Order: sequence, then structure tokens, then C-alpha cells
Amino acid sequence: MFQTFDQIFILLRDWVLGFLPVGLRPGAGVVLGVVAIVCVFPALFALTVLLERKGLGRMQNRPGPNRVGPFGLLQPIADAIKSLTKEDIVPTTANGFIHFLAPLVLVVAVFMGFAVLPMGRNMVLVDMDCALLFYFAMGASSELAVFMAGWSSRNKYSLLGAMRAVAQMISYEVILLLSGLAVVMITGSLSLTRIVEAQNQYTGIFPHWNIFTPWGLAGFLMYAIAATAETNRSPFDLPEGESELVAGYHTEYSGFKFALFFLGEYLAMFSISGLGSTLFLGGWSAPFSFLQWVPSWIWFFSKLMLSIFVFIWMRGTLPRLRQDQLMNFAWKFVLPFTLYNLMVTALWRFLGEGWQRWVVCTVLVVAGYVLLGRVSMRREHFGPRSYRYAE
Amino acid sequence: MTPLAAHLLVAALLFAIGLAGALTRRNAILVLIGIELMLNAANLNFIAFWRYSPHPEALTGMMFAIFSIAVAAAEAAVGLGLVIAIHRHLHSTDLDQMNRMKG
Amino acid sequence: MSVIFWLISAITLGGALFAVLLKNTVHCALALTVAFAGLAFLFLGLDAQFAGFAQIMVYIGAVAILVVFAILLTRGSETPKGSVYSRYAFSGLVAAAGVFAVLGWAVLQSARVLPNEAQTPIATAQQIGVALVGRYVLPLEIVALLLTVATIGAVIVALHEKEGK
Repeated sequence: MFQTFDQIFILLRDWVLGFLPVGLRPGAGVVLGVVAIVCVFPALFALTVLLERKGLGRMQNRPGPNRVGPFGLLQPIADAIKSLTKEDIVPTTANGFIHFLAPLVLVVAVFMGFAVLPMGRNMVLVDMDCALLFYFAMGASSELAVFMAGWSSRNKYSLLGAMRAVAQMISYEVILLLSGLAVVMITGSLSLTRIVEAQNQYTGIFPHWNIFTPWGLAGFLMYAIAATAETNRSPFDLPEGESELVAGYHTEYSGFKFALFFLGEYLAMFSISGLGSTLFLGGWSAPFSFLQWVPSWIWFFSKLMLSIFVFIWMRGTLPRLRQDQLMNFAWKFVLPFTLYNLMVTALWRFLGEGWQRWVVCTVLVVAGYVLLGRVSMRREHFGPRSYRYAE
Repeated sequence: MTPLAAHLLVAALLFAIGLAGALTRRNAILVLIGIELMLNAANLNFIAFWRYSPHPEALTGMMFAIFSIAVAAAEAAVGLGLVIAIHRHLHSTDLDQMNRMKG
Repeated sequence: MSVIFWLISAITLGGALFAVLLKNTVHCALALTVAFAGLAFLFLGLDAQFAGFAQIMVYIGAVAILVVFAILLTRGSETPKGSVYSRYAFSGLVAAAGVFAVLGWAVLQSARVLPNEAQTPIATAQQIGVALVGRYVLPLEIVALLLTVATIGAVIVALHEKEGK
């Protein structure tokens, strides 16, 4: 019976496909999967927007939106109506064609990433051999959309915001890739379904998730930092910092196009959290072996919403990093540590089973973190203050 | 027309367009864009021949294309660095003005 | 040949044409990105998934952004005042047309003797990995060295030297 709940969406799809002739079934199956993704994730987006505003509000000691509907639960509907009916203002000197295309390219590139995430047992839209590579290729395509938006607006602030955003995204993309590479090295495959199946084993009641290993914990922390920077979330949100740059690269967008940018940013957050839980938190596998009766897709979406909650928590708590601090952090600390983590992962693989590898790898990871932190993130010593007055 | 011949024709046309761009434009960056198009056309040639060859399990064409992608990225980086350095010197990227060795 | 192949080829060639014909340099860079994307789809149509996704990741995700940054750093985003074509444009066009004529003639003449296996080859990532550290380990190490040298060289060449040097 629990098996039925676990596979309920697959059984539903097969039942619907049973009504169609045999030739149309593969295409219709794909279309059904696409429709499911396009309906579920924007609905989750509406829920997350509300959660974010209320959560941030509570962290800042205020109630958040509470006028529309009970406890503000109908606020997303009000937001949707507002963005659909607002006037679409395009500056006269703006490059019309590229200005129109930029939000579309962003949303399309972000939606493509969902095609390879395994959302439950047998519930992946496209089971590819190089799934992780496909995901990172789609992530790379979304950076150009950000530049297109900033440049086509013919606005200094937009261009500045876009350049900062692109520089930040390419720096942290490398780190994202290298943290994921440690997982690929241990699992021996780029396919996300194989990675989840390798984590779906239990010793006693504890699962073999990658985060419960020393290299996995370090990798997950670096992945989380890189994911926050990739999606331009606080504390890395200088490109869209409201107090510095008006709204960065989406200053000149209003109405539905702005809603598309907003949608794109939150969908990128979902997709990168989904990938993080697939690589490190075991994807759709249950945290304890006696909890395996709960359907697999519930575990996947719980982990996703947990990651989103951590994103919102970080936004409400941490101050913003300056652009040069952000870039220094990426290239001088996170990237060398990720490379060092790769070496420790290789050592883990070749030391063989046993308690020795746990001790050795833990010591190496902690030592590397402390030493690298001391060496590369030394605080600057400030000299006596000097003043320059405007003449 | 066989599929291989069709792919080779597309690659040849892409190469010719890249060559035309590299030879006719004034801006140094557009010459680099033309060079990237030519490299991509050659990659398409390699992959097409690999796909329709009698022994694709040797992966020769695929390997060549992958190495070519890596080297082309490095060459684009160095070339664009050079263009930026020259611009800093001469304050223009117009190739017709860069016809003297004297800086 | 299927309709999809001709459609993707048309998009690729259209993107390449616009990349060399347009006046505004940033538009050229964006058209180049379209050409890269079209090429990636052509690779996917030829069952070379690894090469296709690597093409998207490296070319669209890195080279296109590099080109755009260089255009913005050399003030190329304003539409140039004079002609965008050099003085010797016509001879360049003739040379390119000549090259295409020769290549096209060679392909069409030899269409009968070109190999044409219809069986889909399987090139999994694992096979590529094994080949990279097995048969092609020397090119791999040399490319690693080359990329390091190129990165350091590009940074040094474009480095902003301090005043009064």
C-alpha cells in the first residue's frame, strides 16, 4: 500500500497514457511530465514568496503581510494580479528586442534544470547519462540572460548590476562544479539517479548520505555558499542590492517581465536546492531506515523546503558582502578549499573501508579549513586614518 | 544527400562565414568572433566524421573536439586580453589603424 | 535529412551570419551565442551528448561572456561612426567565397565514398573518462599545462600597470 502512495504519480500517468494509442505514448508521457513540473514549481514559488515575506517579517520582529486573507495566505494571488495588470514600461532608448528576450531566456534556462532532478523513486523526467553536466550547462546559460537584461536597459545602474552579477556567477559556478565533482568521484557516475541510489543504503538505521562523511560535509558547505552566490541571494545579493543599485539589472523592468525575473530567481533557488539535496542529502531517500514507508517524493520536497528555509534564514540574519570581499572569498578561500576537498575525497576512496579513513579524512578536512582560513583570509591591518576633503 | 555530407556542408558554410567575418571587419573583437566560428565549424566536422565512421568506439573524433573546445577557450581568453591591452595603449580597436610597429 | 536538422542548421547559420554582419558589436556577440547554441543542438543530434553539453558550458557559459566583457571594456558598445567594414573587405569576401566553393565541391564530389554507418554509437561519460586517462593522458596533461599558462598569460597581458612605472 505504501508502495502505491510512493508511485502514485507514475501510476496516474500510466493510467492517463492508457487511453492513448501506442504511437503517441512516449511523447504524451513527456508532455505530462513537463506539465506537472510547470504547474508544481510555480505553485511552490507562490507559497515560498509568502513564506519569505512572513518569515523575514518575524525575524525582523514584525508580522509580515497579514491583510489579504487569513494570516495573509492569499497574498500571492494579490501579487499575481498586481504584476499582471501593471503597465509594462520599456524605456525609449532601450534595445527592445533584447529587453523583451532577457526574462524569457532566464526562465527557460532555469526550467530546463528541473528536467534531470529525481523527485522520487522512478520520478525523473529525463534519465540521462550525463545529467549533472546537463544541469550545469543550463545554469551557465542563465548568466547571459542577466547580462542581456542589464545591457539592454541603457541604464548605468543596470549595467553595473549586471556586470557584478555575471562576475559573481562565473566565479561561484566553478566552485559549484568542483563541490559536485567530489560526489561524482565517489559514486562513479554523472547520472543523478545513480547518485541517489548509491545514497539509498542503510547501515543500522543511519543512511549513507554524502553529507554524513567528512568530505561530504565540507563539500555541502561549499556547495551551499556557492548556491547562495549563484542565485544572488543575501549575503551575496549586491547585484540586486536595494540600497545600492535601485534594483540592479532588473531596474527597468515592470509588470509581468519583473514577475518573470522574480520567478526565475526563485525557480533557480528551487533547482539548485534540489540538486544539493540530490548530491549530498540523499535526494528522495528517507533519513532513517524505519521511515522508508513515507513516500519518496515527500522526502525530496521536504528537503527542498528545508533548504529554502535556510536561504530565507540567511537572508534575514547575515549582512551583505561587498563585491571585492565576495570575490576575494571565492577565489582565495572557497576554491582552494574545494580543490583540497577533492584530494581528501580521493584519499577516502583509496583508504578502503574501516574507521581509519574516517579519522584521517576528518583530521585532514579540519586542518585544511583552519590553515587555509588563517593563511588566505588574513584581516588587513589598518593604519592611521587619513582624511581627504572636497576642495 | 547523405547525413554526413549535409553536416559537412553546414560546417563548410559556417567556416566560410567565420572566415569572411575575420577578414572583413574592422573591430579586433569581431576578428576573434570569426576565429571562434571557424573553430566551431572544425569541431562539427570532427563530430560528424566520428558519428558516421566505421569504428566510433575509438572515440577519436569526440576527444579531438573536446580538446579543441578547451584550447579554443584558452585562446579566446589570451586574444581578448591582448585586445584589451592594445585598446589601453591606442584607445581604439580599429584594425585599420594598427598598421605601424611604432607604439 | 530530417526537418529538425535543417531548422537547427538554419538557426546556426543565421546566427553566424548576423554575428559577422551586424553593426553593434554587442548584438554580434549575442548572435554568436545563438550560433553556439545551434551547434550544441547539432552535436546532440549526432549522439555526442558530452561534447554538446561541454559546448554549452564552455562556449555559452564562458567564451561568450568573455567576449561581452571585452567589448564593454574596450568601449565597443556604442555604434561606430564610420563603416564597420575594413578597406579590404571585398577581397576578404572573395577569399571566403572561394574557400566555401572548394570545400563544398569536395564534399559533394565525394558524397558517394563517404562512410555512412547508421548504427548509433554509444559514448558514455565513463568511456570518455577512461579514454582521457588511458589513451589520451598525454594530451590531457598538456592541455592542463596550456590552460594554466594561458590563464596566467592573459592576466599578465591585461593587467593594469600602476602609474609612473
